Amino acid sequence: MSVSVQHLVKIYGAQRAVNDISFEAHKGEVLGFLGPNGAGKSTTMKVITGYLPQSEGIVKVCDFDVATAPMEARKRVGYLPEHNPLYREMYVVEYLRFMGRIHELNDLDARIREMIGRTGLQSHRSKRIRELSKGYRQRVGLAQALLHNPQVLILDEPTSGLDPNQIVEIRQLIRDLGREKTVILSTHILGEVEAVCDRAVIINKGKLVADASIAELQQQFSGQNIITIEVLGKTNEQALRSIQHVTQVRKLSEQRWQLVSPAQYDIRAEVFAFAVANQLTLLELHKELFSVEDIFHQLTR
Amino acid sequence: MFAIFIKELNAIFSSLIGYLAIGAFLLITGVLIWVLPQFSILELGYSSLEPLFNLGPWIFLPLAPAITMNMFSEERQSGTLELLNTKPLSDRNIIGGKYLAALVLIAFSILPTIVYYFSVSWLAVEGVRPDTGGILGSYIGLFFLAATFVAIGLFASSMTDSGVAAFIIAIVLCLLFYWGFNGLSRLPIFFGKTDDLVQSIGIQYHYEGMSRGAIDTRDLLYFISIIALFLGATQLSLSSRKW
Repeated sequence: MSVSVQHLVKIYGAQRAVNDISFEAHKGEVLGFLGPNGAGKSTTMKVITGYLPQSEGIVKVCDFDVATAPMEARKRVGYLPEHNPLYREMYVVEYLRFMGRIHELNDLDARIREMIGRTGLQSHRSKRIRELSKGYRQRVGLAQALLHNPQVLILDEPTSGLDPNQIVEIRQLIRDLGREKTVILSTHILGEVEAVCDRAVIINKGKLVADASIAELQQQFSGQNIITIEVLGKTNEQALRSIQHVTQVRKLSEQRWQLVSPAQYDIRAEVFAFAVANQLTLLELHKELFSVEDIFHQLTR
Repeated sequence: MFAIFIKELNAIFSSLIGYLAIGAFLLITGVLIWVLPQFSILELGYSSLEPLFNLGPWIFLPLAPAITMNMFSEERQSGTLELLNTKPLSDRNIIGGKYLAALVLIAFSILPTIVYYFSVSWLAVEGVRPDTGGILGSYIGLFFLAATFVAIGLFASSMTDSGVAAFIIAIVLCLLFYWGFNGLSRLPIFFGKTDDLVQSIGIQYHYEGMSRGAIDTRDLLYFISIIALFLGATQLSLSSRKW
């Protein structure tokens, strides 16, 4: 596995910023790291990247322990810190060349060209970083994180402060990267997790409260299936309630109904059979999904 | 270390700082040594560069801290130090790269004053030669003095994310180590052998030793250890994030 965090504890003074967190991230996966502000997201990321040592627990990057083989682990990580720190006075290419020299890259110029192309910086390559807009600075930060072709990417709130178009572009880039690398991305934008991530780890007050795929999370925390139907023809609550496993019927309008069943039963087939038997025309049938937002609120309240 | 060294050199010479530091050093020494009668070599009547080496410490006192003040504090403030600390670079690499870049700048500001040596030998009475060995020793002393101030400045810069605070801390520490121990040794509580001992902790004692042109390995060892001490303290200060 690419990143493995086992029983991580980080103590600042008397405060336990991270309290016994364990999770893993694999190649070809975008892992969303979710939590309210101050939950310990950035702290965990700083331990994985080797900036801060852990108080307890073991953190491994590509099987290299960050505490005992820090240089080997760091070579394999690309990191975009929160607030994306950059040398404002440097030119874009100069900055990437500096970072490439640190990584002792041989084909530096070719790598820089490739990264500039990939992050869409061509027209800004010879500008000073301070002249760039926030969105382009974020691309420079990403180009820096990708330059040495790391197996693991750690991105701390990569889309914060960007406009909607830029967010869409950066997310697309992250999704593409997620196919070949291990990406861990922290965010408090819940839509981002649904849009980009395959899996989510939710932490609250330093503790892990969920670690599952987005679909599993939705399943696990809904506890019930909700199906919305729209029918042409007359029916009533009593009749709908007779469908197997339906526990609750809500009337939305004359034609629209919501049927609730326990999570383990998928009643869509029964609903269809019911409609046929009662000569109703089914105009719409869909399963309502709990949004990550609902789950997040439930877990971190 | 090489990457950091190149980056710092670029930063120094692509901004005003580098040229300003060299220019200021040459301007101040030039005016004081050749123009103003109080320090002037021309008024001295001897073919020596003594005024240059007497003034050196007082010019580097603000200049070295000015060169180093932003080296760590700016990176701390902007967060780029966090990024560097997650790269496959040890703290020693980072400190070493920055320190060497500052030394290069110091060397570039001292080197042009060799012209003064040739001026003095040209001005000297026929048959009289300036004490070349002594002057060479003094140059080595001046370089080590500046190298010590730079190490102190780097340490000060690593302690705070304010460049101005780093500048002030560095000046105070440089003053203390250059002149402070000499001053302390005059206190009546230090007498006999102890007053000599206290004096020898200070930089001035060793700098003046070297300025006489006698390169004593003990003086060199002193400079090297005090530089190592402050670079070590810088490393400690950088790793304080881990506590």
